[in-house]
Amino acid sequence: MTVGLEHYLVLSAALFSLGLLAVITKKNAVTVLMGIELILNAANINFVAFARFIDTDLDGQIFAIFVIVTAAASAAVALAIVLNLYERLHSINLEEADSLAG
Amino acid sequence: MITNAILILLLPLLAFTIQIFIGKRLPRKGDWVSTGAMFLAFFLAVPILIQALSSYDPNFKITQSWEWINFGAVNVTFGIHIDNLTAIMLIVVTLISSLIHLYSIGYMHDDPRYNRYFAYLSIFSFSMLGLILVDGFFGIYIFWELVGLSSYLLIGFWFEKNSAANAAKKAFITNRIGDVAMFAGILIIFTTLGVFNFEEVFRGIADGQLSGGLLTAAGILIFMGAVGKSAQFPLHVWLPDAMEGPTPVSALIHAATMVAAGVYMVGRTFVIYTADALLVIAYIGTITAFMAATIALVQKDIKRVLAYSTVSQLGFMMVGLGTGGYTAGLFHLITHAFFKALLFLGSGSVIHAVHSQEMDDMGGLRKKMPITFWTFLIGTLAISGVPPFSGFWSKDAILASALEFGMVNPTHMVIFVVTLLAAGMTGFYMLRAVYLTFGGEPRDKKKFDHAHESPLVMTIPLCVLALFAVGTIWWGWLEHLLTKPELSSYASSGVQVLEAGGGHPDVAHTAHKIAMFSSIAIAGLGILLSTLVYHWKKISAEAWGRRLKPIYTLFWNKYYFDELYGATVIAGTLFISKISSLFDMKVIDGFVNAVARITTRFAFGNGRFDIKIIDGMVNLVARVIGFFGAQLRTIQTGRVQNYILMALAAVVILFIIQQF
Amino acid sequence: MNKVLTLITFLPMVGILLILLVPKNNKTLIRVLAATFTGLQVLIAVWIYINFDSGTTSMQFREQYKWIPSFNIEYFMGIDGLSVTMVLLTAFLSFICIFASWGINKGVKGYFAMFLLLDTGMMGVFCSLDFFLFYIFWEVMLLPMYFLIGIWGSPSRVEPDGKVRGGPYAAIKFFLYTLFGSVLMLIAMLVLYFNVDIDPNTPGIQHTFNMLHLMDQSLHTGVLNDFNVRLWVYAALFVGFAIKVPLFPFHTWLPDAHVEAPTAVSVILAGVLLKMGTYGMLRISFPMLPDAMKWEYFAYGLAILGVINIIYGAFCAMAQTDLKKLVAYSSISHMGIVLLGMSGLTSLGMNGAVMQMFNHGTGTAMLFLLVGVIYDRAHHRNIDGFGGLAVRMPIYTAAMSLAFFAGLGLPGLSSFMSEVFSFLGAFGSEMFNLKAITIISTIGIVLTAGYFLWTFQRMFLGELNPKYKDLPDINGRELFTIIPLGIIIIFLGIYPAPLLNLMKTSLNELVEVIKAADPILLGLQ
Repeated sequence: MTVGLEHYLVLSAALFSLGLLAVITKKNAVTVLMGIELILNAANINFVAFARFIDTDLDGQIFAIFVIVTAAASAAVALAIVLNLYERLHSINLEEADSLAG
Repeated sequence: MITNAILILLLPLLAFTIQIFIGKRLPRKGDWVSTGAMFLAFFLAVPILIQALSSYDPNFKITQSWEWINFGAVNVTFGIHIDNLTAIMLIVVTLISSLIHLYSIGYMHDDPRYNRYFAYLSIFSFSMLGLILVDGFFGIYIFWELVGLSSYLLIGFWFEKNSAANAAKKAFITNRIGDVAMFAGILIIFTTLGVFNFEEVFRGIADGQLSGGLLTAAGILIFMGAVGKSAQFPLHVWLPDAMEGPTPVSALIHAATMVAAGVYMVGRTFVIYTADALLVIAYIGTITAFMAATIALVQKDIKRVLAYSTVSQLGFMMVGLGTGGYTAGLFHLITHAFFKALLFLGSGSVIHAVHSQEMDDMGGLRKKMPITFWTFLIGTLAISGVPPFSGFWSKDAILASALEFGMVNPTHMVIFVVTLLAAGMTGFYMLRAVYLTFGGEPRDKKKFDHAHESPLVMTIPLCVLALFAVGTIWWGWLEHLLTKPELSSYASSGVQVLEAGGGHPDVAHTAHKIAMFSSIAIAGLGILLSTLVYHWKKISAEAWGRRLKPIYTLFWNKYYFDELYGATVIAGTLFISKISSLFDMKVIDGFVNAVARITTRFAFGNGRFDIKIIDGMVNLVARVIGFFGAQLRTIQTGRVQNYILMALAAVVILFIIQQF
Repeated sequence: MNKVLTLITFLPMVGILLILLVPKNNKTLIRVLAATFTGLQVLIAVWIYINFDSGTTSMQFREQYKWIPSFNIEYFMGIDGLSVTMVLLTAFLSFICIFASWGINKGVKGYFAMFLLLDTGMMGVFCSLDFFLFYIFWEVMLLPMYFLIGIWGSPSRVEPDGKVRGGPYAAIKFFLYTLFGSVLMLIAMLVLYFNVDIDPNTPGIQHTFNMLHLMDQSLHTGVLNDFNVRLWVYAALFVGFAIKVPLFPFHTWLPDAHVEAPTAVSVILAGVLLKMGTYGMLRISFPMLPDAMKWEYFAYGLAILGVINIIYGAFCAMAQTDLKKLVAYSSISHMGIVLLGMSGLTSLGMNGAVMQMFNHGTGTAMLFLLVGVIYDRAHHRNIDGFGGLAVRMPIYTAAMSLAFFAGLGLPGLSSFMSEVFSFLGAFGSEMFNLKAITIISTIGIVLTAGYFLWTFQRMFLGELNPKYKDLPDINGRELFTIIPLGIIIIFLGIYPAPLLNLMKTSLNELVEVIKAADPILLGLQ
């Protein structure tokens, strides 16, 4: 059996779901960040897979590399935010970060 | 002559101006300014009379006029008109006025407002001279009113006395009522004929441009002016009250100036009166002559007796004019001017001596004041119509005229009868005054002892006036001078009708004879009765007074005219004025204020509406939105994960929806 | 000097600017400045009097500039025989009133600034020939008048019956009343504006506020060709002006305003402002809508209202105990004579009426000044509270008797001439039968004599009220304000020609124009 597009997509969907689950359910901010990374990587898999099977040039791979770079950058920013959050609340529990409540 | 006339007019005005502004600072407080101006005016008037006499022409006339007020379409001129009537009136006014000025120097010598008094006398003379000299209705109306003003000033001269202030006001307002009627008459004449000038008006009437009822109305209205000024019934009420002024002023008012103005004016405008208008004049004159004479019978104040005698004599003059006796009426005006001035100055002399006007305080003054007595007696005989004194001739002419009129128109015989009765009463009450004042024993010893003959400056005028009260001085020439000018050339129908009556020489002749005898008889009867009652005491005045109580009361209260006018005209006017003022305040202003109040009320209501309803609706919308907002805000938890979950749920829901 | 009208109108404004620069404590300088500028105004008025050509009917000293071209609004000034008399009167009374206001001590700066503003407004009304400009000046006058009565008048007080009266009340009443009239005038003005075509030959309507164009009946188009509309427009204008006259029943603001206003303001109010009502009729209503004026209900209505003013005003005056109120009601009575004179459409009546406007201006001014004199001394104006003052104040008494006798129309004093000719004109009217009306109105002559003499007696004659045994007589400054008026009153009473000659050409022309205007010829009705 050859590995086709469907397999990649299933993998990416599973990865995305796991990431989303982590983002929604976890209370720890760092865990949520990790969930976000999973989501981004799910997208990367899709980019590369589609690039490989649908379009034959390297657009998808290049996008994936951009995503990785920006993900790294945003992770840095996100961690900085988390640090600030900790400074203020002495916790990184997202349940407590609700000062925007209406 | 025109220059003379202008100077005669301006001299008193100049004297007035000098007196009013610098009189106080002049030596002798400037009495010589006014008096001198008046005498000068007299000497200027003499040549005018001489010229009139020398031409001896009923139509003698000098006129000149200057442009005054030019409206473009209408041109009002100021003009001077001298004819026989003017010439003689000038002499009468200037002479009597001069004598009264002279007399006043003695009479008023210790008055604090001495200079003001002479200023007022001057303006009075000025007004009267102007009235005589002007040539048209506009001018005569102006001076007419100025005479009213001067009388106001002089009657109210002792204005600290309320009675004097009241009398002055009464005189002015009563006169104004007559003046307004006269003004209405002038309105009719001017709007119909478009001119004011006497000559042109007469010519217009002769041409028939103004005739019939309208002319009668105009005539009666103009005559109403004379009713006011000459104190005819029913506007006579002011004249007796005018006694509140200084006595020389009364003399001036009663003799030469004010009351003469009315008669003069009727004579001057004689042509405009239709037969009906003349009849009205005659009857008004009759009523006045009779009524005033009856009132004079019972008066106790010597000046009041004289005042009512003036009213009565003016009635005679009007009878004369009204029955067509132009000459008779004006003749009496002139003779009366002299003897009435004499009587008033005589009474002033007495009042000056005893400091009282009540005849009850006098008596027996004959010995103390011989000059006053004799001159006063001459005046009395003149006014009573005793020949050969002047009053006899003029009054006889009037009675003849009335009788002649009655003989031609028998229905109007009553005029003659009543006038004759009044003439009889004149003799009675005048002699009564003489007996009560000069005859018998002094009733008030203290006042009698104090009394003395007046100074020369006062007695000289008396003597001069007494001279003129002797009839022979007037004999012939005056009547001739006062012959009616040729009015018939442009006469109204009214005059022609009367002329027709007078056109029967035999009737006139008979009338004259009867009138002469009856007037001598009736005057003699009056004098006899008076002597019986007050000198020989054969008849008791008190007893008759009690017997005729109601009539006596009626006379004593002057027929209740003052009360009648007080209750009707004055009270009515004040009532209307109160009502008007209340109406103005309560109704009209009340309406304005009510509008304001309603507007503000409405505004407050409006304000409430705005707050409750309009703004309420706006607030309601806000509140509804707020309510939903409050409900919705609960889902904004501030937790990022919740939002993601919701987004996810939304995606899922959208996905599901899309599937179906 | 071809801008003389602008100069005379806006000169007081220059005065205001300078007064505003003066520190407010320097009261004397402020007064002197006000006197200087009104004095200059008098000089200009004299120049106008000398250079005025009384032989022509056209407008003189014209100034005409475009102002708001998009609406055809012009700055258009000019005077004729009618307005020149009023210009002279205004200049003269303003000058005198500055001296009558010398004693004002409260807010001197504001007072004189307001006064000069009022002066500008009044002058402008009489000089402007553009209806829009006229309207603006008309409204400009209201504002200073409001403050002058409201602030410098008597303070607010509560009457025994609980009503609030006093300066502020009177000021508001005056302001609102006049504004109500102005609104009606504005409506009429706009109707005229939109229905007059400057150039009928070219298509489309070219609107104008130019009064001379508005007077030209041949330019009237649109709804102005409907006689009913013309009547309504006339009625609106009439009510607007009648309030100012003031005509019965719109007169009740006048007694209040007079009683509460300071002396000088009363003088201006009676002397000049009342004349604006009748001036407006003669300048605007009559020539612009002559056929409506001649509509018999309006013509007789005018005369009847005049008579009601004369008699009703006299009766009301008789009942007053407040001297100033009496004079106010006598003004109402005297203004009735103006209306009666105008209503007959005769040369005599019209000239008499305008003379009466002038003579009433001087006569009433004198009366109010004299009332002010006694009020300054006795601090009340109750007629019955005096008595015998003639003994104590002979000069004052003489002045007051002159004013009273002028008021009651004594010959030799100016108002006699104007009254007589007003009556003669009305009685002799050929257009209307006003004979009965005129005769009735002569009753006013007696009534006027009655209340003036009665008042004179109560105040001056009889025993001297011991309360006033030390009252000082009239002083030099007061005499200075009164003597010129007295001289004018006597001079014009003896020889009215100088005044009459100024106006007669214009007024006779006005009468002819109105008489000649025939609605049928105009294609109306």
